[in-house]
Amino acid sequence: MNTRFSIRHAAVLGLLALLGLAFWTLLAGYTPDAELNRTAAYYAENTARETGAQNIVTAIIVTYRGLDTLGEVTVLFLTAAIVALVLGQSKAPRGGTGSGFLPSGELLTTGTRMLLPIILLFGAYVALNGHLTPGGGFQGGAILASGMLLMLLADPARRFGHRLIARVESVSGLAYVAIGVLGVALAGGFLDNRILPLGEFGAILSAGAIPLIYALVGLKVGAEFSSMLESLEETEDS
Amino acid sequence: MHLVAMAAGFALILMGLFAALTHRNILRMIVGFTLANTGVHVVLVSVGYMPGRAAPILDDAVPVAEAAARIIDPVPQALVLTAIVIGLGITALMLAYAYRLFRARGSLDIADYTELKW
Repeated sequence: MNTRFSIRHAAVLGLLALLGLAFWTLLAGYTPDAELNRTAAYYAENTARETGAQNIVTAIIVTYRGLDTLGEVTVLFLTAAIVALVLGQSKAPRGGTGSGFLPSGELLTTGTRMLLPIILLFGAYVALNGHLTPGGGFQGGAILASGMLLMLLADPARRFGHRLIARVESVSGLAYVAIGVLGVALAGGFLDNRILPLGEFGAILSAGAIPLIYALVGLKVGAEFSSMLESLEETEDS
Repeated sequence: MHLVAMAAGFALILMGLFAALTHRNILRMIVGFTLANTGVHVVLVSVGYMPGRAAPILDDAVPVAEAAARIIDPVPQALVLTAIVIGLGITALMLAYAYRLFRARGSLDIADYTELKW
């Protein structure tokens, strides 16, 4: 038995050593570019004029490669749906969970009550300022969901409204696609952000539809993460 | 500096793969995959780094006119943002399947699952 384990370890180490050698040659021969490649240079030169966004990464994600982001949101939706499907089969009967828990304690309960509004506010701030500062809808949505996680930790027996979460998710998803289609009708193409005026460069209400799209993405991602947390929470053993 | 980040990323990938391949507990394997995932993100971001340049945000520090000469490559950062989100989805899926396996067999040891072994 013992020898088999050591053979396994040796085989794994041998394979990883080969991979490490490949990594080492990559690392040793790597020199950073002296100037931006053509794609990046295009984004650097034209982002401000074409999208009005200060944050170039946001402009790429929401406008230039907006279709890919729609796909990414779809993947996330599929993940949440599959997690709900897989865990739904071992779902506890209504009111059947949480009773086996020790109370979560005064510190956590009071702390949650104090911190939750601030966390939600911060999530909304991060999502809405995506075109100006580092951040955006995905990060903001994750922060919103972390507030939900804190709430679940403080009160494990609590249940969110399933229908509310499902509705927030589907309405924001549909609105995202509708904005994309409006871009075809009113501006240059699918998910073009110039359906709204670009506004003053650097202002919060600028960059056309980007703040709107990122607010919707934030809501959708927050709802999806919350529904995943909820599925994990509502299993029989929790 | 970017070489340190890149080496750390490669080291994280190797550590994560080692953990995923040698541990018998499914949860530990998931942690290993997550480590390797993080390593890939670090390597990708460090590929986009260029010494002496600023983040790709056009504020007072980076005037629009000089942007192409002053910022680092924004494309790997956009890629990594996508990769982080998808990685989170994969982790959630792995955990959900691990839970189902545990419910079905009462064990998280990979050696107890012999159906696909040959």
